[in-house]
Amino acid sequence: MSDEKANLPAVTAEEDHGQVQVAEPIPDPGIEPHENRITDIDPKAADRVERQVATMFSLAGLLAVLACVGYFAIPRDSEVTVGPLTGNANNLTLGLCLGFGLFLIGAGAIQWAKKLMVDVEISEDRHPAYSSPEQKTEITEAFQVGVEESGFTRRKLIRRSLIGAMALLGLPAIVLLRDLGPAPGRKLFGTIWAEGIRVVNDVTLRPIKPSDLVVGQLVNGAPANLAAMQEDSPVEYQNAKAKAAVIMVRIPPAEIQVPPGRENWGIDGILCYSKICTHVGCPISLYEQTTHHVLCPCHQSTFDLADGAKVIFGPAARPLPQLPLAVDAEGYIVAQSGFHEPVGPSFFERG
Amino acid sequence: MATKEFPPPVKWADDRLGIGKIGKNNLRKVFPDHWSFMLGEIALYSFIILLLTGVFLTFWFKPSMAEVEYQGSYSLLKGLHMSEAYASTLDISFDVRGGLLMRQIHHWAAILFVASMMVHLLRTFFTGAFRKPRELNWVIGFAMLFLGIIEGFIGYGLPDDLLSGTGLRITQGMIQASPVIGTWLSFFIFGGEFPGDDMVSRFFTIHVLLIPGLILALVTAHLFLVVYHKHTQYPGPGRTQKNVIGYPLWPVYTAKAGGFFFVVFGITALMGALLQINPVWLYGPYNPAEVTAGSQPDWYMGWLEGSVRLMPGFESTFWGITLSWNLIIPALLIPPAFVTLVAAYPFIEQWITGDHRDHHLLDRPRNMPTRTGIGAAFITFYGLLWIGGGNDLIATHFGISLNNVTWFLRFAVFLGPVLAFWVTRRIAISLQRADNERLLHGLESGIIVRSPDGEYYEKHSPISKYEAYSLTARDRTLPLEIGPETDDNGVRAPRRALKKVRASLSRFYFADAVQKPTAAEIEEAHAHAHAAHGHEDDHHEAVEGVTGTVEVDDATAHKVVEH
Repeated sequence: MSDEKANLPAVTAEEDHGQVQVAEPIPDPGIEPHENRITDIDPKAADRVERQVATMFSLAGLLAVLACVGYFAIPRDSEVTVGPLTGNANNLTLGLCLGFGLFLIGAGAIQWAKKLMVDVEISEDRHPAYSSPEQKTEITEAFQVGVEESGFTRRKLIRRSLIGAMALLGLPAIVLLRDLGPAPGRKLFGTIWAEGIRVVNDVTLRPIKPSDLVVGQLVNGAPANLAAMQEDSPVEYQNAKAKAAVIMVRIPPAEIQVPPGRENWGIDGILCYSKICTHVGCPISLYEQTTHHVLCPCHQSTFDLADGAKVIFGPAARPLPQLPLAVDAEGYIVAQSGFHEPVGPSFFERG
Repeated sequence: MATKEFPPPVKWADDRLGIGKIGKNNLRKVFPDHWSFMLGEIALYSFIILLLTGVFLTFWFKPSMAEVEYQGSYSLLKGLHMSEAYASTLDISFDVRGGLLMRQIHHWAAILFVASMMVHLLRTFFTGAFRKPRELNWVIGFAMLFLGIIEGFIGYGLPDDLLSGTGLRITQGMIQASPVIGTWLSFFIFGGEFPGDDMVSRFFTIHVLLIPGLILALVTAHLFLVVYHKHTQYPGPGRTQKNVIGYPLWPVYTAKAGGFFFVVFGITALMGALLQINPVWLYGPYNPAEVTAGSQPDWYMGWLEGSVRLMPGFESTFWGITLSWNLIIPALLIPPAFVTLVAAYPFIEQWITGDHRDHHLLDRPRNMPTRTGIGAAFITFYGLLWIGGGNDLIATHFGISLNNVTWFLRFAVFLGPVLAFWVTRRIAISLQRADNERLLHGLESGIIVRSPDGEYYEKHSPISKYEAYSLTARDRTLPLEIGPETDDNGVRAPRRALKKVRASLSRFYFADAVQKPTAAEIEEAHAHAHAAHGHEDDHHEAVEGVTGTVEVDDATAHKVVEH
């Protein structure tokens, strides 16, 4: 190894602007001689390429016109069917004409460059990126003259007050963004669920009786007071919905393991959980009846609804919050209270 | 020489702008030719296509979340309440002629934009084009890739359909989980609770003004630096650090690059016409209580999605606060750390190798086995996370357990890159050895010759002097030496520990790399081949300074293997 090293030329890697030595052990033979293309020696071949290129350009022009004709001639809602595929005829015609037209212009130009334009490689010198010593001296001096003439280094008071002012100018730039949004306050802690609010089917908006649910069934639920919000404020409606969505399932009571303190939260095996994943807030939607698992389709967190909705797989860290249920005087399922913990993804102040 | 005057319009402009001087320096500017140099071009052209189609879309898109009742021509959604953003996206798709085409070209071009930037980055990485003086252009390019990904993701969020809303919900959940400022940040970005009614209009401004403006400025700087530094070139005959060999901008690259723009535009237009992408009408308007199974983001977000999917559910709760490690680690720590490493790579490598020289000749990836290995490790890490982003689809398509896929990937993301690094480095080193063998002993011709003594050997043909030069036109870089422990006066050198780390990294960097043969070794191989057979093969033309003859006997072949 040491012998081998002795043979090698010293590498002055640390040196700035040092030269990289590549032309050893074999000297640079220079650019390879130019090889003629068929179009360089056979005028007929060159003429053939000229015709090819001109044909491509002409076709491109024709396609541009066809695109315009198609735009007006083909009704905007007419369909074309090719085997199992369907498409909008107007759209397809426009796209095909424009696509092939553009492509042909490009292909023609490249063919022209590759086959007809002179292809002799030429060399151009590089110049170093850095300034020459004279330039450096000149620039440094000019800069120093400016510094001297302004008194920037001598007049410390001006310098410091200017730097201070510029730094403080950053403050309003940040403060002005304050009204981007309200303070979070306690907004993430609560939902519109409260004592006595009926659980309704989130599509039909009908309240649900325990007898409406058969064992194994899952219903996407919403609080009864949600729908009315849409008229007043679509935003408040969406925000409330994003937190209040629930899933209600009926599981054979024998299979349920009730967490302590939640003994009276279900009704004959009917349990209600937040639909919003505790990971990043996707609505959970895939229910497997036999295992009572729900799976979040976003990141595959899996929760066991028969066991307090605890996480059995995936990136979620907390069980889905459970909504305590009761039955009102008319026999419909209602909430005993709101959720006992914030729903949805975690946040710093959650505790 | 007769003086020539510009034609009148050019003269008019030159009198005022001096454009003649710009042309003088640039008309015949030389660019080297290689297919891998057009990857950046694809990125540039898809950006232009995005600007063109994007302007078209803004004429009809309404960046508003105000609720409207849909009355357009897509009958399945008629009468449904939805945001103006979604309704206007449906109008563009069904009621504006060419609107769907433009939407689809825009989406395909966005996918191509990010993909081509990424492949361009890999080309730059593996060939060492990021080395001095081009480190800053690497950083600029990286910044564009980063902005392009954000830009794409925000654009994906604008139609306010169910899929895009789901993507934004996930992003919001990640922001909300950030320590200390998470809830505030989320409330500021979304104007209150999620979803609110501000996000589309805010993201629209960022998508059509802020980020494209930044990218445009960076593209300008990037191209200016390419012109200023002149393009790098692969080593080869006549190619030196001090020149650039290729074809002139006028006319060859004007036609080739200009034509290539139309090719890229044409292909994206055909994709827009023939390949459906993001059919938002099938997803329906965003509803925070609904989601579709198998939700997937655009491809470039997949690795972040995978990072989040693979993380086990760790969370700490203490002193009244919650730290969601299941998001902090995969979304807030790993991706920034990964991208910072990529962005800083030129500076890291330079520190390790101590190489502060200008490099205008590219490396063949095999000649930098450690760098190539690192690149392969990065690709593997990224790729495995990307696969993780589709763990559900892999499970359903191949009929395997989702949990097993996830558990496999949880380990594979750590082991895979190490394996990829090792394998790639060994392959690169083997390729270097093969190059040296080719150089010293020529090509295996496949012709078996029997000598008059009855000995059999394979005939080797010499390689051309141009190829021989190309194979050796590289540097002999050695590990960094840290110098003596103490100077002549017995004073210990400062920052010794740091230097030792640097030296050992440098040794690791160059460990096992095969140096090109020295002139003496080539001479010896030449002489040996002659001596072994004791005859001059007259149809072997001697290559000046290289392999005079290249027949190899067993002994020499053996020696090469040992070497």
